[in-house]
Amino acid sequence: MESSYVTLLSLIVFLPAAGALVLAFFPRDKGDAMKTFTLVVTAAVFVLTLIMLLPGKGDWQFQVGVSDMQKTFSLPWIESFNIYYFMGTDGISFPLIVLTAFVSMLSMAASWPITKYVRAYCILFLLLETGMLGVFLALDFFLFYVFWEVMLLPMYFLIGVWGGPRREYAAIKFFLYTLLGSVFMLIAILMLYFASDLKLLSDEQLAAAYVVDTSLSPEQQTAQIAELRAHAGPIHTFNILALQQIGQHTDAFDGEILWGKSLQWWAFLLLLVGFVIKVPSVPVHTWLPDAHVEAPTPISMILAGVLLKMGGYGIIRICYPICPDAGYDLAYFVCALGVVSMVYGAFAALAQKDFKRLVAYSSVSHMGYVVLGIGVWSAVAGNEFNADAWKLGMNGAMFQMIAHGISSPGMFFLVGVIYDRVHHRNLDQFGGLFAKMPLYAGLSIGIFFAGLGLPGLCGFIGEVFVTLSVWNFSPGLAVVSASVVIITAAYILWTLQRVYLGPEYKGPHPEALTPMTPREILIAAPLLALAIVFGVYPQAIFNYLTPSVDQTVNELATWTKDGKAPRIESEATAALPAPAAIVAQQ
Amino acid sequence: MTTEHPFYELIQALVADTIRSTAGFQGELVLCATIVLILISRIPRFAARIDAFWLTLVGSAAALYLAGPWNEIAQPSELFTGLLVYDSFTVYFRTLLFFFLVLFTIFTRISGIPDRDAGPDVYSLVLGATLGMCIMASANQMLMVFLGVEMASVPCYALAGILKGRRTSSEAALKYAVYGAGAAGIMLYGISLLAGVLGSVHMPTMAVRLAELLQPANIEQHIGADTYMVLALGGMMVMVGIAFKLSAVPFHFWCPDVFEGASAEVNAFLSVASKAAALALLARVAIGFGYIPQTISAEPPAAAINAPAEQTEATSVPIKLVSQTTEQAGAATGTFDRDDQIAALAPVREFIWKLVAFLAIITCTFGNLAAYGQTNIKRLLAYSTIAQAGYMMMPVPAAMVLAGHDPVAAREALAAMAFYAGVYVFMNLGAFAIVALLRNQIHSEEIADYAGLIRRAPVTTICFAIILISLIGLPPLAGFAGKLLIFYSLVQAKLWTVLVIAGLNTAISLYYYLRVVKVMTIDPEPEQVRAAEINFIPGTYIVAITVPVVLLGLAWNQLNELTLAASAHLF
Repeated sequence: MESSYVTLLSLIVFLPAAGALVLAFFPRDKGDAMKTFTLVVTAAVFVLTLIMLLPGKGDWQFQVGVSDMQKTFSLPWIESFNIYYFMGTDGISFPLIVLTAFVSMLSMAASWPITKYVRAYCILFLLLETGMLGVFLALDFFLFYVFWEVMLLPMYFLIGVWGGPRREYAAIKFFLYTLLGSVFMLIAILMLYFASDLKLLSDEQLAAAYVVDTSLSPEQQTAQIAELRAHAGPIHTFNILALQQIGQHTDAFDGEILWGKSLQWWAFLLLLVGFVIKVPSVPVHTWLPDAHVEAPTPISMILAGVLLKMGGYGIIRICYPICPDAGYDLAYFVCALGVVSMVYGAFAALAQKDFKRLVAYSSVSHMGYVVLGIGVWSAVAGNEFNADAWKLGMNGAMFQMIAHGISSPGMFFLVGVIYDRVHHRNLDQFGGLFAKMPLYAGLSIGIFFAGLGLPGLCGFIGEVFVTLSVWNFSPGLAVVSASVVIITAAYILWTLQRVYLGPEYKGPHPEALTPMTPREILIAAPLLALAIVFGVYPQAIFNYLTPSVDQTVNELATWTKDGKAPRIESEATAALPAPAAIVAQQ
Repeated sequence: MTTEHPFYELIQALVADTIRSTAGFQGELVLCATIVLILISRIPRFAARIDAFWLTLVGSAAALYLAGPWNEIAQPSELFTGLLVYDSFTVYFRTLLFFFLVLFTIFTRISGIPDRDAGPDVYSLVLGATLGMCIMASANQMLMVFLGVEMASVPCYALAGILKGRRTSSEAALKYAVYGAGAAGIMLYGISLLAGVLGSVHMPTMAVRLAELLQPANIEQHIGADTYMVLALGGMMVMVGIAFKLSAVPFHFWCPDVFEGASAEVNAFLSVASKAAALALLARVAIGFGYIPQTISAEPPAAAINAPAEQTEATSVPIKLVSQTTEQAGAATGTFDRDDQIAALAPVREFIWKLVAFLAIITCTFGNLAAYGQTNIKRLLAYSTIAQAGYMMMPVPAAMVLAGHDPVAAREALAAMAFYAGVYVFMNLGAFAIVALLRNQIHSEEIADYAGLIRRAPVTTICFAIILISLIGLPPLAGFAGKLLIFYSLVQAKLWTVLVIAGLNTAISLYYYLRVVKVMTIDPEPEQVRAAEINFIPGTYIVAITVPVVLLGLAWNQLNELTLAASAHLF
């Protein structure tokens, strides 16, 4: 069966890249044909993910309710450095893959106004999509990093060539920030690789990490493990699942390396910096407003819809499971990052005059929920080990990522629609659009309400889940995060008032305010429809998410109970003089 | 064999050793023959019609063919009574140099510099310099170190001034020569200090003497403590010479001026071949003083098996001339065996790694920062070369840290250096080739004149962009694989400061490399432009150089295994 998974997942990842290659042979003047072709390729990728999504027992269907990795395969790539072409998906990555394919398709459809260097645009767009899908599917850390970096260059050019007036500044700023983060990530990856050793793991753990080829017969598997164990010296690995096992079940990453901190503490911090830049959290968020404002509309949609999710995905898949000890110690730090981003982003959004910049800051604020939800380390409820609140938080964070992946591309697209018509984004010069473009205004209000977190729309579920889960961890943070909702409501409602309501439009180009074209409706309507569906029936996403998220949390809770708690206790007793000694002294 | 007069025996043994050694020196001999042939072919009238290019191409290809074999070197051996060392590291760097030579020769033909008249001069200088570089890469003795450096440098001084009648070119040559002479003088002085204290110029012997000097018993009684300062001074002076060849800060001043003044072709040669050889030399010297290699066998290299058996037997005598001292030293101190010697050399290794790590850090940082302000592409690439030299030096300190307790990891560190040197051939040759071919078209080497180049020469621009991005070290390109391996060697050695600085430098370097890409792709074309259409053959050459940069980024297993084999004998 494994070969069929190789085909499926490789197709999903590399179909866009193959399409980019084909585009190189298109005649120069066939711009529309190139765009159509690119749209067809992105649609084909989306269809492939739909095949996985649709219920059924077929080989390619995603098995709902299974918490483990599915569709895994592992082929040797660079054997002398233990690098594998190792991919697979589970409930955490699968919804993000579907989202990526969906948003890519919509934003390609939103790319029709692009007329400059169409071929280059389409090629870069498709390479970007390959990178994004690869990040979510890769289970080898090296492969993950390669895909992570592969996205940067297309993104740089997409912003730098097709962007607004300050595009070059924005593009290089985006690139520098992300590269700095990924250099830190690379250092952390190498540290973990250096400290890892597959021989520390039990046979079952090796099988669970797919180090052993599970499609082989039991005898062959035993032989494979024996061969592994016979190897002289440590066997380093980039296998993310194996690193998770090592991080949770051995002390391989506990060695002290610098300033009294352990290897995993540093690795966690370095990885977190890399991911948090992508999320982005305050104070490393400043690339985002620039990049968003300057990027062309479809690229803003991709940025907000997919790229930001990679940070959250990285934290949930890599930071916590691989370095739980550091995650435990830094829980407050991570949560504080989340809350600060929420508050700061919301206030900053309130102050914006530029429509797109406002939406960009709202992304900073909304992604803060994700960081907060993941960071809530509340495995201990009272004196019991009960991870329910944490599960709530992490599920909420994942849901928030999907919800934000629907509402924020929608918001950026709608800003783009009006910008294409009147060529400005100054909030103070809008007004009265409801009368001129009723359908547009209706769709906008729906999607902005979804961003606001109105009950019944998708934004609500994630925010509530996260806020509820924080109570258990820190009531203070919970109060702050709950009150952010008010600021969010303020800036969104105020925006709606300034743009859509009011007597009449007084800005430039009033004659250009024509109703939405069918193409535009076809892009915005599905986003609103999904926002409503997920708001009313969140189970549609939770069915996929929950098993895997719960398992991740359970594993970490078990680790807290069996690994961390006794250690904290023994450290506490060691710090105090033993009672017996006190008695003896007296 | 009957016993003869000892003198006769010695002569006989020397002859036998020389014959044996030539087997491991075939590539270099072919180069020598080619040089002579090129020079002679100018004299008779009929031969004057032979283009020196073809002679060079055939000569370097033959040298490349003879540079192997790869897997048959079971044990490293010494050549020419210990002057050179023949092991897989030698073979790797020699192969690399000859391979580069072949590519470079083809490139000069395509770019048209040198022209037919200057051809014999230039090619014989290039071949001569390569010969010196081969000696640098296999030096086993301080005199050979000096000889190699000089043999590699002197032709380069002339090469830098090869564009006759151009002021900047002459200035570059003069600057280079004066600076080089100074550095060589200091290096020679350093060598004399080291040799004076240690009583030998043969590096393994020197290392043994050093270990004796530094053995715990002597340190406790402060025996020889008065020589430490002399040794440290000598070590630093030798490092000056190597740093000059590496263009490491603060001995880099010649580099930007020479690169700007000399032609891009010469730059390609200087930045790739010269650098690779200097790196190999750095590794050789660092290991030579900081580590006791496993006993070098007197077995002839595999290629020499055909040599008459009698002569092979006789080789034991001259080899003894050298290795005797090693044995005696071991015997004199009783139980002071190789492990103890290696342990005793720990302070030497610490001295070396701190010195080289410091130089690497400042070289890398300075090169990257200074590249920011450059407007001339050759100057920018000169600073880029300096920065890259910084990265490539970093595995040496890592190897020195690891040598004492983890030889396998130390080998991996130097394999990382060899790997980077390997991919560097393609990256920098490609970069300078494109600069040279563009110069032939647009007659400019200013970055600003590349504006909007993608509209006029899309393939060249894309290739240049790939090469520059590979120099930054972004996946999935070859430069990334090299950087990954170097960073990993730093992780293994736990040199966190160096690692973080190297990482930050990668982020810093992004800006100026990308600026060139930006100018070529994003910036609008100026009003009046010259056509920049690159013809079919140069275009093919550029693509052929760029493709390995991509392929080695996607599948670097083979090269990695090759470099691991290359460093297998070092520790």
